[in-house]
Amino acid sequence: MSTKPNTSLFNKKILLQASKDSVIKLNPVILIKNPVIFIVAVGSFLTTIIVFMGMMQGNFSSFNFQIAIWLWFTVLFANFAEAIAEGRGKAQAESLRNNRTQTKARKMMGKQEVSIFATELKKGDIVVCETGDVIPSDGEVIEGIASVDESAITGESAPVIRESGGDRSAVTGGTKVISDKILICISTEPGNTFIDRMIALVEGAKRQKTPNEIALSILLSGLSIIFLLAVATLPAFFEYSLIASGLPLSQNLTIPVLIALLVCLIPTTIGGLLSAIGISGMDRLIQRNVIATSGRAIEAAGDVDVLLLDKTGTITLGNRMATDFIPAEGVTVEELANAAQISSLSDETPEGRSIVILAKEKFGIRGREVHQLNAAFIPFTAQSRMSGVDLKAEDGALHKIRKGSSEAIRSFVQNNNGFYPQKIHEVVVELARLGATPLVVAEDKKVLGVVHLKDIVKGGIKQRFAELRKMGIKTIMITGDNALTAAAIAAEAGVDDFMAEATPEDKLRRIREEQAKGHLVGMIGDGTNDAPALAQADIGIAMNTGTQAAREAGNMVDLDSNPTKLIEVVEVGKQLLMTRGALTTFSIANDVAKYFAIIPAIALSLYAGKSGIGPLSALNVMNLGSPQSAILSAVIFNAIIIILLVPLALKGVRYRPVSANAALSRNLLIFGLGGFIAPFAGIKLIDMIINFW
Amino acid sequence: MTPQDFIQIILYIAILLGLTPILGTYMDKVFTGKQHVMRPVFGWLERLTYRFVGVDPLEETNWKSYTFSLLMFNFIGFVFVFLIQRFQTYLPLNPANLPNVSWHSALNTSISFVTNTNWQGYAGETTMSYFIQMIGLTVQNFVSAATGIAVILAVIRGISRKSTDKIGNFWTDLTRSTLYVLLPLSILFAIVLAGQGVVQNFKSYETVQTLQGVRQVIPMGPAASQIAIKQLGTNGGGFFNANSAHPFENPTPFSNFLQMLAIFLIPASLTYMYGKMVGSARHGWAIFSTMLILFLAGLSISLYAEYSANPVFGHLPLMEGKETRFGIANSVLFSTITTDASCGAVNAMHDSLSPLSGMVAIINMMLGEIIFGGVGAGLYGMVVFIILTVFIAGLMVGRTPEYLGKKIGAFEVQMAIIANLATSFAILVFTAWASVSSYGLVSLNNAGPHGFSEILYAYTSAAGNNGSAFAGLNANTLFYNLTLGFVMLIGRFGVIIPVLAIAGSMAGKNITPVSSGTFRTDNWLFIGLLIGVVLIVGGLTYFPALSLGPVAEHLLMNSGISF
Repeated sequence: MSTKPNTSLFNKKILLQASKDSVIKLNPVILIKNPVIFIVAVGSFLTTIIVFMGMMQGNFSSFNFQIAIWLWFTVLFANFAEAIAEGRGKAQAESLRNNRTQTKARKMMGKQEVSIFATELKKGDIVVCETGDVIPSDGEVIEGIASVDESAITGESAPVIRESGGDRSAVTGGTKVISDKILICISTEPGNTFIDRMIALVEGAKRQKTPNEIALSILLSGLSIIFLLAVATLPAFFEYSLIASGLPLSQNLTIPVLIALLVCLIPTTIGGLLSAIGISGMDRLIQRNVIATSGRAIEAAGDVDVLLLDKTGTITLGNRMATDFIPAEGVTVEELANAAQISSLSDETPEGRSIVILAKEKFGIRGREVHQLNAAFIPFTAQSRMSGVDLKAEDGALHKIRKGSSEAIRSFVQNNNGFYPQKIHEVVVELARLGATPLVVAEDKKVLGVVHLKDIVKGGIKQRFAELRKMGIKTIMITGDNALTAAAIAAEAGVDDFMAEATPEDKLRRIREEQAKGHLVGMIGDGTNDAPALAQADIGIAMNTGTQAAREAGNMVDLDSNPTKLIEVVEVGKQLLMTRGALTTFSIANDVAKYFAIIPAIALSLYAGKSGIGPLSALNVMNLGSPQSAILSAVIFNAIIIILLVPLALKGVRYRPVSANAALSRNLLIFGLGGFIAPFAGIKLIDMIINFW
Repeated sequence: MTPQDFIQIILYIAILLGLTPILGTYMDKVFTGKQHVMRPVFGWLERLTYRFVGVDPLEETNWKSYTFSLLMFNFIGFVFVFLIQRFQTYLPLNPANLPNVSWHSALNTSISFVTNTNWQGYAGETTMSYFIQMIGLTVQNFVSAATGIAVILAVIRGISRKSTDKIGNFWTDLTRSTLYVLLPLSILFAIVLAGQGVVQNFKSYETVQTLQGVRQVIPMGPAASQIAIKQLGTNGGGFFNANSAHPFENPTPFSNFLQMLAIFLIPASLTYMYGKMVGSARHGWAIFSTMLILFLAGLSISLYAEYSANPVFGHLPLMEGKETRFGIANSVLFSTITTDASCGAVNAMHDSLSPLSGMVAIINMMLGEIIFGGVGAGLYGMVVFIILTVFIAGLMVGRTPEYLGKKIGAFEVQMAIIANLATSFAILVFTAWASVSSYGLVSLNNAGPHGFSEILYAYTSAAGNNGSAFAGLNANTLFYNLTLGFVMLIGRFGVIIPVLAIAGSMAGKNITPVSSGTFRTDNWLFIGLLIGVVLIVGGLTYFPALSLGPVAEHLLMNSGISF
């Protein structure tokens, strides 16, 4: 994915569209889905009618008018928050689609080759793929044989052979041809690939509320009803107090004031931002090139406390690295290193490059140009299963240096009338037992030694797992390696547990076991045999390069096919939930200040006696200018805070991999205490501005 | 305040702290079916009860059947208490020849005692015969408290079990609570009280010649036995009208101290039992601490207000409405305890408390009687707040909320909100109605904000199932008897039913194991949070009402105007 869409908050196009949408969203049918904001809308409507009725009767109330305006703004701001989140989502989806269209395919038109976009491929089209090409879509090999890098699917770094006929003919879109040339018959319809359907889902489909969102909505509606009770009973309390103070009942609270109080008390901040938070959670996943089939999945990601991680690609680098040279009897290690390096000079595979680097580091053998050595590079092919160089010595003799699997080299030296030493065989077996990949190097009929290719644990992964542990997440490494190798790598990477020689059935059983213990399990997978486990896991992330079955079974797809994504997905999920909790806390904590603004304002005259200033004015701790400016300030603060918090809702609260307790303390300090104090300052400030006017 | 006052308060807390784990451990044994000291004593009675009622003690039910049994049992109790009041004259043990009770007063009283409220619109010695006091009211004192324990037991099972729909057997819980917890403690306490001078007899009222030469009728009766359970079961319904201010109900400073201790004893011990039974003793202590902090905060404000009191009287401590035998510190301590726990027994007239102390009493009740609270009721009320706390704040750790391993979903939140809404609705709507209707206002004895506080107090006390009163209000009218009766029902069953539903729903869930990613419910952060949610969610709703009542009165008093 090369180009990122412009989804900055100040993208003019998105802002403009969002502004339009926030008006369209005033439609009551849409509004009622958000009960808190619906209450505000009803209040705005009532206040507006009262203002108009006042105008008809010739006593226009500028105060009521301003209340009405700001109430409408409250609704619009909430709509705007949702609209802008949706706008960004659409922009993301659009860019995904655009990026996909950029992949080119070499379609065969009879004998001719035409370059078209991968998305234009139809079922039944024939395409050709050569070394270095990305296979454009799912299909079947109809001609030729090639080695294909399916490491992203299988997790195995060794290339696999794909050939026409038989059960090795299926190729997957997104995998890469490493050698040779094949013809592929495309087997999926355009626009109907799995990813296409997923994008459509993100973009168009009606967003379903997630379980936690539903629960939170119930809480917010419940709080709204409780505050509705508090406000609705207030006129009666007032009537009593007015009579007790000897004041006329005509001084009782007006409906606009009651509505203003209600709107200030009900949790409009979180109510207005709730859906924006949910949508932006999906967006943040898409920014990481992960598409979730539902918001539910993202939420569950936050809850995951057991992660099943494939060793290859996640914990270790997908490719093995040379770490040691083990010479054969009668060969010096320098000789071996020298030969291995020469044979790898033109080898662009990561393994080849790692040999060159190791030779340089260990023995100071500098890189040489192949043609300077009068050498011809022999690339790796699926048939030979080895690579190397043909070196023309000064005496004109041709020396063939090869490196490859032990079987390939064995037949190579035997073909050259050499023999394959027993010692080398033992080394190979021992290395294989440790989970390493032995690469045998030979020159003509003589075996020079073995290059030890080893799994390299990714840099920083140990620290990552430590962070996960702090967050309360257990990591389980899954590998096809034997227990010994697995244990070694597990210890090196710092995972909590490992499963060696794991079959798909093992994975499925392990997931069920963990779930029975109450854990929520996340895993990332690709192959068809992963499908049951992906379906069973609470979070199943399928790699885009994975098989159709795997992608259908999971509830997320990672377009980059990067197994480390699982960790990021968990973080996005946690961040989403944190944002929700933080803004809810903020919203509720706000109420204290609003009470202190409005109650003294409306109760000013009660029990006042002759002075006209009643005892409850003592509650005016903010020392607000006038009763009207106090109420107005509270309403304005209530509206503006929604807009001010839109960036936070879209970006999410800052996430750090710390323990639950530390995260809670931090968020509580910012959003609890902050939510308590901020409105005191904000309302005071707005009141000063109003009175300055 | 004198040093003795401080020492007494510290002593009170220390003894409570000491008894909590002892009784808590005992109750854990009783309710988990382990061997305990009372089994040899009352075991036969337990078995006999099951055989008599026809219950299989081992058969457990789902939450709906549990709720149905509970409601049926309470309904039968209600009908029985109502009928014996209406036919008092035909029943024995009526030496003062008291007449039949009016239908609405009888209705109110039946509801009142069945719901553990023990609001008394009547005066005991001039209304109820010994028969009714013993067979009707005292029995309800036991079983209404046992009902509260049964509910919290169901909640505990809901939390500690997984993937089941069974939350226990109501009849077993009721029987065990009564026989093994309430009865032994009451017997012990009644004997001590009688030793202190609380009357316990079946004599006719005595007529004596006082020193001033006036003839006075001295009421008698089996008081000690009822007083014991009145405090232990956080019932609060006095044998005499003056309740624990009456020298026959509360004769000595020692009996006063014991009565205060008895009020908090079971509710406090239940927190320990709860912690033990849900598998987190620390969580039990966290709840205890939360309650203790809220209690001390209220007590401090109250003491401050009483001692620095009224500028009209030159800021002298207020003695109006207090017993000189007990003094200010003991009266304020009692008033705070009795409103924290939904007891409602009083040893001073709350109507005469300073406005702020009165407000503390009202707030204690408004929060839902969760500061130790009623027997069982306080704790399950607190569980509702814990669920809300866990839901709101739990999200901030980046997980969907869970409480003791149980995921809190839409259903639990909905039920918690309903429980909360029930109390708010009952208090606000009926206070509003009474404060603007002639039949509400006619009962007032005081003007201004204080009159409003009296109405507010009455409905708050009823909704919180407290039962104490700002006595300035004449509540024995048709209007108040009916509306208060209704409010008591909402305040009791409007909470019990959703709480049992939560128990049922949680029992069906799996338990998420604890990790460092879990929202912790056993540390100071949680205690602080819970206090915050209790005050903001539980209290903020009443801010306007409190402003117009006690707050206005306090501010007016400071400028020299009293009511």
